[in-house]
Amino acid sequence: MSPRVRALAGFGITAVLLFAVAPLLLGDFRLGLLAKYLCFAIVAVGIGLAWGRGGMLALGQGVFFGLGGYAMAMHLKLADAGPGNLPDFMTLYGQLDALPWWWVPFQNPIFALLATVLLPMTVALLLGLLIFRRRVRGAYFAILSQALAAAFAILLIGQQGTTGGTNGLTDIRGFFGYDLNDPVNRRMIYFIVAVALLAMLGITWQLMRSRYGELLVAVRDGEERVRFLGYDPANVKLVAYVVAAGMAGLAGALFVPAVGIISPALIGVVPSIEFVIGVAVGGRASLAGPALGAIAVAWAKTALSERVPSAWTYFEGLLFVLPIVFLPGGIASLVSLVRRRRAAAPPPAVDQRPPLVREGAA
Amino acid sequence: MTGLSVRDLRVVFDGFVAVGGVDLEVPEGDVRFVIGPNGAGKTTLVDAITGLVRATGHVAFDGQDLLGRKVHRIARLGIGRTFQTAAVFEELTVLQNLDIAAGWSRKPWSLLRTRRSIPAEVEKAMETVRLSAVRDQLAGTLAHGQKQWLEIGMLLVQDARLLLLDEPVAGMSQSERDATGDLLGELSRDRTVLVIEHDMDFLRRYARTVTVMHAGKVLSEGSVTEVQADPRVQEVYLGRGAS
Ligand SMILES: Nc1ncnc2c1ncn2[C@@H]1O[C@H](COP(=O)(O)OP(=O)(O)O)[C@@H](O)[C@H]1O
Ligand SMILES: [Mg+2]
Repeated sequence: MSPRVRALAGFGITAVLLFAVAPLLLGDFRLGLLAKYLCFAIVAVGIGLAWGRGGMLALGQGVFFGLGGYAMAMHLKLADAGPGNLPDFMTLYGQLDALPWWWVPFQNPIFALLATVLLPMTVALLLGLLIFRRRVRGAYFAILSQALAAAFAILLIGQQGTTGGTNGLTDIRGFFGYDLNDPVNRRMIYFIVAVALLAMLGITWQLMRSRYGELLVAVRDGEERVRFLGYDPANVKLVAYVVAAGMAGLAGALFVPAVGIISPALIGVVPSIEFVIGVAVGGRASLAGPALGAIAVAWAKTALSERVPSAWTYFEGLLFVLPIVFLPGGIASLVSLVRRRRAAAPPPAVDQRPPLVREGAA
Repeated sequence: MTGLSVRDLRVVFDGFVAVGGVDLEVPEGDVRFVIGPNGAGKTTLVDAITGLVRATGHVAFDGQDLLGRKVHRIARLGIGRTFQTAAVFEELTVLQNLDIAAGWSRKPWSLLRTRRSIPAEVEKAMETVRLSAVRDQLAGTLAHGQKQWLEIGMLLVQDARLLLLDEPVAGMSQSERDATGDLLGELSRDRTVLVIEHDMDFLRRYARTVTVMHAGKVLSEGSVTEVQADPRVQEVYLGRGAS
């Protein structure tokens, strides 16, 4: 099978699983949980691109997830409240007479929808320009990302009156006219999330196999070397970083109708690390690995913390460290190992002749 | 003035003078060998020309000033280099390595597409450096000599007009050396080549002109015979059984 055929087959199977098998097998509650996991999977696909292919350990994707989530939730809260009314929490905590100016544009659904993706991408662009031009990378990049996630969560908590503080934006009831308490509409949300995941996988697939994808790997493995070929690696990394931020934003936006809440606890340091764990487990440099890893880890978290809540934290730590130390390619590398074993055709003969300049010359 | 022109080049690392006032003229089409004991500052000289380390003085190629420009801007002026330890992208195939080297001037949007056919210059370079048969092999799996040739192939498709090769035949077998030497001759027909080399036999066979560096300075310069006859060179470098 050519890689192209294999990829199309993979997309086909994924589509059948997402659109037929899961809705048939799972009840409303489980399907709702899966919708949440798929949101994490969308974040993971972006991290796979930035980290697996671009070498940027994006440990602060919560920022972009949060920007997308809050943008969506702000609009939905305003829509729930109805024209001219303040969202419920503002009247509860604050002495606000009017909507804060930065809430106003989110009354417009088009603006809000665009903002869920474009706002994180713009922030990532500005951050990335600062970070990559200054050649911040490796552990410094990871720590800086973490610090940003922490700062963003603290900022949100501090502005209780206008952001909902620690509680976040909760109790979201409607989604563009659809009642989210209705199980039928919740299924619709699941399908929207599934379509979004497939679309992000498609975009990432094309990016990975394009010339840009090859260049990104080159930058990952030899950032300095790439400069001597006439490229500015900062720009190459910037593209992957911004795309990953856009995906995290989209995931955050879909998370809000799927789960009904966005809050600082969902976007800070810990969730930002959790996004990366699934990617590490699944295999950061592969296409499907990060998504599958994210779903598996999120599922394991639900299953395990239902039974022994305290054990999860330790298990999670192990999940993060073990693949990085012992299986850098994640579970995906096991799959491709098996595939290579099976296709154990003899390797192409190496041309051991030295380079001849012109035939007959020298 | 065409070719490479270096005047009063200095590179200082934390007070340590690695290159202390080097003057160097390499006319277009020359094959200049730069030799000198370990630590003489040869690699640092190339680092300074290619923008990797900060330097003072003047460096020009084909009339364009180089000092103060960023590494990738210097590369875009047609200056290519290889590294003492082969620096290829090991997780990419031979073809992908060459395709990247050919590509900085591609439009950003075109990068988002997949490569449909092999660019002519890539095909040609693969032939020249005899890597066509292994085009789809990961560069990391190549033999040492093949990696060096891949790097030279990358310079070819990069369309560099000044090639700076840092010990290209180190670790190569004799037949690989011969082949690389022939390749140098071919390259120099429409390019300027500067080779850092330790191997005296290789130098005698393929150098047109030689510059000897010692302790960050140019000690001697001329044809191979002139340099070998220079008593100062014999003293610091060639002395031990070389002539
Ligand atoms: N980045 C650096 N920092 C400090 N010293 C350096 C650096 N690079 C090279 N040097 C020193 O500069 C001197 C010249 O090094 P180099 O140019 O690599 O010599 P060679 O002629 O063997 O290529 C050596 O003494 C080396 O230790
Ligand atoms: Mg050296």
